[in-house]
Amino acid sequence: MNLHPALIIPELFQFLLILALFLQSMGDGAKGPRPGRWVPLFAALGIVAAVAGFPARGLLFHDVYQVDALSQFFKLAIAIGFFVTVSNASRQPTLPENKRSDYFLFLALSAEGLMLLSSSTELFTLYLALELSSYSLYTVISLRARDKGAAEAGIKYILFGAVATALALYGLSYVLAGQHTTYIAELTGKSWTWANSPQAVIGLALFLGGMFYKLALFPFHFWCPDVYQGTSNETATFAATLPKLGAVVVLVRLSAFLTPGLEITTLLAWLGAISMTLGNLSALAQKDVKRILGFSSVAHAGYVMVGLVSGTAEGMAAAAFYALAYVAMNLLAFWVVSRVASDGRNLKLDDLNGLYKRAPVLAFALAVGAFALVGLPPSVGFIGKLFLITSAWNHGYNWLVITLAVNSAFAIYYYLSLVRHAYTEETVAAGSAEPDTSAFSLVGAGILSAVVLILGLLPSPVFDLAIAAGQGVIR
Amino acid sequence: MVFPFPVLSSLIVLPLLAAAALFFIKGDGLVRKFTLAASLLEIVLALPLTAFRMGADFQFVERLSWVPQWGLQYYLAVDGISILMVWLTLATLPLCVLCSWTGIAKRTKEFHFCLLVMTSACIGVFTAMDLVLFYVFWEAMLIPMYLLIAVWGGDQRRYASIKFFLYTLAGSTLLLVAIVAFRIEGGTFSIPELMQRTFGFRFQILCFLAMALAFAIKVPMFPFHTWLPAAHVQAPAAGSVILAAILLKMGTYGFLRFCLPLTPAASEYFAPMMIVVSVASILYGGAVALGQSDIKKLVAYSSVGHMGFVTLGIFLFNQRGVEGALFQMLNHGVVTGGLFMMIGAVYERSHSREIKKILGLGKYMPAFMFFWGLFSLASFGFPATNGFVGEILVFVGAFQHSLLVGLLLVPGALLSTAYMFRVGLKLAWGQPSAAKEWSDLSPREWLFLVVPAVMVFYIGLAPSLFFQMITPSVDKLLADYDQRRVAVLDHVPANALAGLAGAVAPATKN
Repeated sequence: MNLHPALIIPELFQFLLILALFLQSMGDGAKGPRPGRWVPLFAALGIVAAVAGFPARGLLFHDVYQVDALSQFFKLAIAIGFFVTVSNASRQPTLPENKRSDYFLFLALSAEGLMLLSSSTELFTLYLALELSSYSLYTVISLRARDKGAAEAGIKYILFGAVATALALYGLSYVLAGQHTTYIAELTGKSWTWANSPQAVIGLALFLGGMFYKLALFPFHFWCPDVYQGTSNETATFAATLPKLGAVVVLVRLSAFLTPGLEITTLLAWLGAISMTLGNLSALAQKDVKRILGFSSVAHAGYVMVGLVSGTAEGMAAAAFYALAYVAMNLLAFWVVSRVASDGRNLKLDDLNGLYKRAPVLAFALAVGAFALVGLPPSVGFIGKLFLITSAWNHGYNWLVITLAVNSAFAIYYYLSLVRHAYTEETVAAGSAEPDTSAFSLVGAGILSAVVLILGLLPSPVFDLAIAAGQGVIR
Repeated sequence: MVFPFPVLSSLIVLPLLAAAALFFIKGDGLVRKFTLAASLLEIVLALPLTAFRMGADFQFVERLSWVPQWGLQYYLAVDGISILMVWLTLATLPLCVLCSWTGIAKRTKEFHFCLLVMTSACIGVFTAMDLVLFYVFWEAMLIPMYLLIAVWGGDQRRYASIKFFLYTLAGSTLLLVAIVAFRIEGGTFSIPELMQRTFGFRFQILCFLAMALAFAIKVPMFPFHTWLPAAHVQAPAAGSVILAAILLKMGTYGFLRFCLPLTPAASEYFAPMMIVVSVASILYGGAVALGQSDIKKLVAYSSVGHMGFVTLGIFLFNQRGVEGALFQMLNHGVVTGGLFMMIGAVYERSHSREIKKILGLGKYMPAFMFFWGLFSLASFGFPATNGFVGEILVFVGAFQHSLLVGLLLVPGALLSTAYMFRVGLKLAWGQPSAAKEWSDLSPREWLFLVVPAVMVFYIGLAPSLFFQMITPSVDKLLADYDQRRVAVLDHVPANALAGLAGAVAPATKN
């Protein structure tokens, strides 16, 4: 085993950032440059580091840590997502100045955990990386100035997370007992039918529970709308996007042995179907924008399953691409939410009234985000969905594909109500905060909208990377 | 034929560029003039299309790889069926700008933005030869249309716009699944190539149902029509015109472009059902139109009836029927578009759509009544107007098909005469006259009414140009249909449909 630093450039860079933030947080927070200023710049360099580390390939630490196309694809996505989320959080109105360095420290730690997660190819390593990313998030969820809802959200997130990870650990012991290994590469060769190894199947199902919790897939989704609603808009932006990337990368790795027809695969398909339907139907009744986006996350977690259960490299690639699309769309939607709620409040649908007049660029960006989340062309949401459907058709789960398609029709109503309030309601609700229309806000919205549209029109280059990642898992 | 200049792409791109340019233009008047100029430039750009050779082959082909990993192509072309629709779309845009010149007072820039984007998407729908590209335009068109109704519509615009969006989107979700299924089964998304493939009977049945739902909602066919009156009544005049002239045609275009060529055996299998539903649409639309007191609703329901003639003609599978259907598509666009523009014009004077509030225009607005009468005559198919040509062809086709279907059409035609006469009488001579203070048509209104009026006579008196355009394509469509339908039906086991319920998840059995 040779530990070559060139193999872990993105992780090392992120570690440097963590170190710097740690040092700053030792003081009273008033000294030194303000984290809101320098962390986004540093995170931008992190993207460069991730690009530099992109071609790296290798196995580390007794083969528990694999640097391959899949992991580097996701690390790049995490680095970009991290940059956007910290930029978004840089002007957080509900965060006291003296807690900022701690706040960014934990966000950076969580992102580091996710980066480690995307390279883990052994279940214990995977578990540890998962815990690193989760624990850091537990702390930041409740960091919202004197807000009881945030405290409640934090507690809910911890309790849920504790139960889910306990289940995962328990499942892990069953897998180890049943298959006598925790290396994914070796697990792939084992039999995963119920008839041959029931213990391992139960164990795997429980272990997946830990991922479902991150992904907010039914039945581990209950925290999702509550936490989004309780925590600050900026923290919700992080919680809604990056952890899902981590969960998807693990599921893609595990999918190597989730071939169609297995009981566990069918279970995934069912959970996906229930999740998308339940998420969309629940979102219909919501009035709080973040709760809508929370249930929308639940639905999108279900969509990703469509690619995962197909058991083909295309399916894995489609799932990875869709995870990316999901993150792009949600970053856009949450960016608008954070900017419109310039005083850090929770947005109700009525708060969006007349947004087209008050902040035309933000209104347009919101419309792009909403229509992309529905899956309307020409956005990345549509093309991602098309890839999912195409990869999964005729691999045994056609009913799931049809469920996915029909779900777009359920979903349109609540996404449309975002646009409807922003564009057709004229009466501005009393006491609405003035949206932030600074250049920072508008440029961010413009760039993210452009990404959502351009990835939808010209998906080939990015999809090439995704397919390389998918082929690394399934040959 | 590969034309040296990408004509079709430029027709799609120009409106988008113009829409983007609108952001840099200040002043409502200038916005209107600019959009009008862009729409005229669009027609000039389309002039190379007059080089269309009268034949059945796909022309003005543009083909580029789009997403090679999944075989998506940027593939545009026109044939005799689609070129008429392209011209109709092109001609509609300037009329829409003109007829909303004074009617649209708020958010003018956004309004014209929506019109331009809409036009681009419509051209895309009619020229896309790749299934996914088609779907992209098909769905993209929903957003500007939604906004047209939701922002500039009447009092119940919210209800109407959401209903429109929900209905049409719900219909097209399964269309996407069918598209993917064609790709997996046929190996390509390219429509002309898929037309060469022969699919299994059961596969055809399922795909036909998925596609027919989307198209039937769009047409709309009874009983999926309920979104149409709401949308038409609430939409602004230009929105109604686009809805009537172009959007509804997409449904019937879909039947012609996809159902007949790709699933011929299933089309034949379901033809009796489609004929029954079409006749029901004709009779129901006509009967309900007769009872309306709201003039816009009346024309909306008459659309249901007229579009019933189109779907009927398509599913007769004979030369007369399909040609008649294509003519009816064109005619309905011209005539109903004209009627909606007139309703818009009268609404600007009366601020009411109630027939009893706009009685007796004849004495004070003779020019208006002239156009109204003309479009009414064309609407119920009076000889020498364009309506006659389409309707008589469908009639002949229907009688060729069966005496019963032919006879059922007679009350349908009578109904359309009755409701157009009823409202025409009230408008011309109803008392007390509401029109004393109203001015007759302005030059601008003359301008946008003369265009469809000329078309009424042109198609009515000299339809041969249009026949030359469509006949080769219709011939080929029907010949292919006959040949490929037989190829499949010969091999269908007698109990092929017994397991239809189980067919929804064929692959889960392995």
